[in-house]
This record gives sequence, C-alpha cells and structure tokens, in this order.
Amino acid sequence: MKFAAEFRDRALADAIVSNIRKSCRGKWSLMEFCGTHTVAVFRHGLRSLLPEGVRLVSGPGCPVCVTPKSEVDRALSLCDVEGGIVATYGDLVKVPGSGNNLAGKRALGADVRVVYSSYDAVEIARRVPGRPVFFVAIGFETTAPGTAAAIMRADSMGLQNFFVLCLHKRTPPVVQALLEMGGGAQGFICPGHVCAIIGARPFEPIARDWGRPCVISGFEPADVLQAILLLVRQLEEGRASVEIEYSRGVPYEGNSRALDAMDEVFSRADSEWRGLGMVVGSGMKLRERFARFDAARFVDPGLESLPDPPGCKCGDVLRGELAPALCPLFGRLCTPENPVGPCMVSSEGSCAAYYAYGREGGAPDLERLE
Amino acid sequence: MCLAIPALIVEKRGDVAKVSVGGVIKEISLELIDRPADVGDYVLLHAGFAIHRLDAADAEETLRIMREAAG
Repeated sequence: MKFAAEFRDRALADAIVSNIRKSCRGKWSLMEFCGTHTVAVFRHGLRSLLPEGVRLVSGPGCPVCVTPKSEVDRALSLCDVEGGIVATYGDLVKVPGSGNNLAGKRALGADVRVVYSSYDAVEIARRVPGRPVFFVAIGFETTAPGTAAAIMRADSMGLQNFFVLCLHKRTPPVVQALLEMGGGAQGFICPGHVCAIIGARPFEPIARDWGRPCVISGFEPADVLQAILLLVRQLEEGRASVEIEYSRGVPYEGNSRALDAMDEVFSRADSEWRGLGMVVGSGMKLRERFARFDAARFVDPGLESLPDPPGCKCGDVLRGELAPALCPLFGRLCTPENPVGPCMVSSEGSCAAYYAYGREGGAPDLERLE
Repeated sequence: MCLAIPALIVEKRGDVAKVSVGGVIKEISLELIDRPADVGDYVLLHAGFAIHRLDAADAEETLRIMREAAG
C-alpha cells in the first residue's frame, strides 16, 4: 500500500463515474472548498467526467487567496524593520500587497527567506540571535499546529528574537459565513487535510442546521469522485450528514495532539477574508502567555492599504459566485506571469487552476461554468 | 497549501524521523502525530510535520467500498 497510486487507477475512477451517473437525477451544485481539491479536479480533468446534473464550484479554500491585502501589507512592512529577517512559506512571496510583494521587497534588498517548515524559521532565529526573525504564518488548521509547535519550541529555547505574524484562519466558520450570505452550494466537498487535524465534528452544524451534506475527501482522483458520489446520493435521498470518504487520513475526532498544541498557543479571533469580509471566530491569535512572540507590534501602525485593482473579481471568485474565466481580466490582463489578483498568483488559486488546466484543448467550458 | 503527502519512515530518533518521499529523504518532526508511528509506517507529511499515521487497513477498506459500489 503506497496510499496514493492505488487511488489514481483509471478503471476505479470509471466505475465511480458510472455510479455517479446512475445515482444523479437532479441538478446539484457542489463546492470544493479546498484549493488543493480545485487543483486535483483540474489536473485530472474530473469536471469533464461528470454528468450534467453535477456542477462543481470552487470555494475560498486557498489561504493565500483569502488573505486580505491589508494583511499582506503588514507582512511587507516587517521587511522594513532594521536588521529583520522575514521567513515564510513559498506560497506567499508573490502575493501582491498595495504596490509590492515579498519577492519584490527581496529584490530591493530585504532579507526574505522561504522556509519549508516553521521549525526552519526557529532555526534561523537561533543562528542569528542579534536579528529579529519574523515568521509570517499563513494557512488553515492543517498548518497552524506547526506554528504552535514552533512558538513552543522558541519558548523552551528562550529565544528573544523569534516573532510570528499570525495570519492563520479556521475553515468551518467561513463555510457557515458563505451560507449566511446566501452563497456556497448544495453540498460541500470538505478539506481532507484540515480535517486530519480538526476531525469531522466541526462540520456537523453545516449538515444539521443548514441541511447541506458534507463529505470529507482525499485528494486523489478516485477520492474526489467518490466524495462526489456520496454527496449526490445524500442529495438524491434528501439526507444531510457529515461523511468521511478519506478515512485513511481523517479520524472522526481529528488529531488530539495537534489540536492541543493549537489550543495551547492560539485563541479564537475574528478574521477578515478577502471577498467575504470579517468572519466571526475564523481567525487565531496568540494567547497572552505567548504574546511576546507576536510580530504585530513591529508592524508599521500608519499603514494604509490601497483598494483592489479595478476590474479584479477575486472576491466574487472566492465566494464561488463567478467562474474565473468570466472575470473580464482573466487570461487577458491577468495571467500567472502577470497576475492582478491573488487567485491567479497562488498555484492553488481558482484562477491559476482554470488558467493552467481549464483551457487545455480550447477555450474554457463557459456553459458548464455558468 | 493544505497539501500533505504520504511519506515512509525510514529512520526514527525520538520525535525526529527521516522519511522517504518518492526516494527523496527528508527530516521531519513527529511531535504533532497522535498515534505511535515507527520505521516502515507511512505518515501524512505537511510542512515538515507528520500530521497523521496512515493505516493500510483504512485505505483497503476505502478501496473495497469504491469497488463494491461499482459491483
């Protein structure tokens, strides 16, 4: 068992597709919340396999894309701190703030380093005790426990120069917020690796209170297709519950050790999402005990963020209300080489996925996107 | 960004493990995993941390359900 190749089998995928076709009578919209799912859907051409009654909508599940420009500007301002080193994941460096991005700051002489793990940022701080190291922590619940572990490590090492700009976000509150805005979809393909940490329970209110089936899915083609099948079956039968397709990756109660680490270091906070505004309880902030690690006090207090560039529809795309190809800038003024909005910058952004895969063999399938 | 990939543990010292990802060896942390994982086990690896130990029985069961439904 290699835990991946087995779930990429063509015959298996064909069998699941034929099951979806047999089960689907109505017309259903399903939202794949997670950017990693969006990429899987496009890379494997899954949309083209689905019957007409199943429409996939991409949701706000790319942490880079949903980080508002004002937060990117805060990260950029840390580049100007005397002697400072900004460390972050590669996903963030090209995302534009008001006028520049971290890569641009680096080109102008700032010390910006891409790290693979939060521990790499702690290690940088250990090696250069005289310089402040700012770890710009971005990501959902999958990534936040690693930040918590890094802060606890820095604490136990007694590091005085390690700081975290916490941009982490929680996923279930934003699904709820989407529904409250009248958006979302009839069923949700829920993020498998977020749920490896938080388990299935946080999605129960979406099924129970909103009547929207939720299936927690893995990321191989057979996983995503099977999740679609389970959702279609629930919808056809008028049921709404939380099911786990990705049982090899997700225990119902999640990962207690990672949850404990996250809970020890972070408390719940409100957080702003690009395209969605402020979402209650969807953020994380450092608890009082770890407040000395908060990089927020180094951020330039006089920051003023510019509005989004004219024409950019990333907000509509993130709410699942607009297919990327229908944005007037898509593919013309906004391309991966010259992106205008974050959904085109991030490799897991909906626009980048549509651009890279959706155009293969011709124009994007506009009718089906509508 | 929530990509996590199966990685095979090839060496282990306390909470630090060496894993093989398609033949590439990486050092990772086991501090956030809540089931014991040992050499020969696969874990889900995300940004330097193992976040879950994968069990062959769970994976086989999913494959069985997928195939059975296809009947």
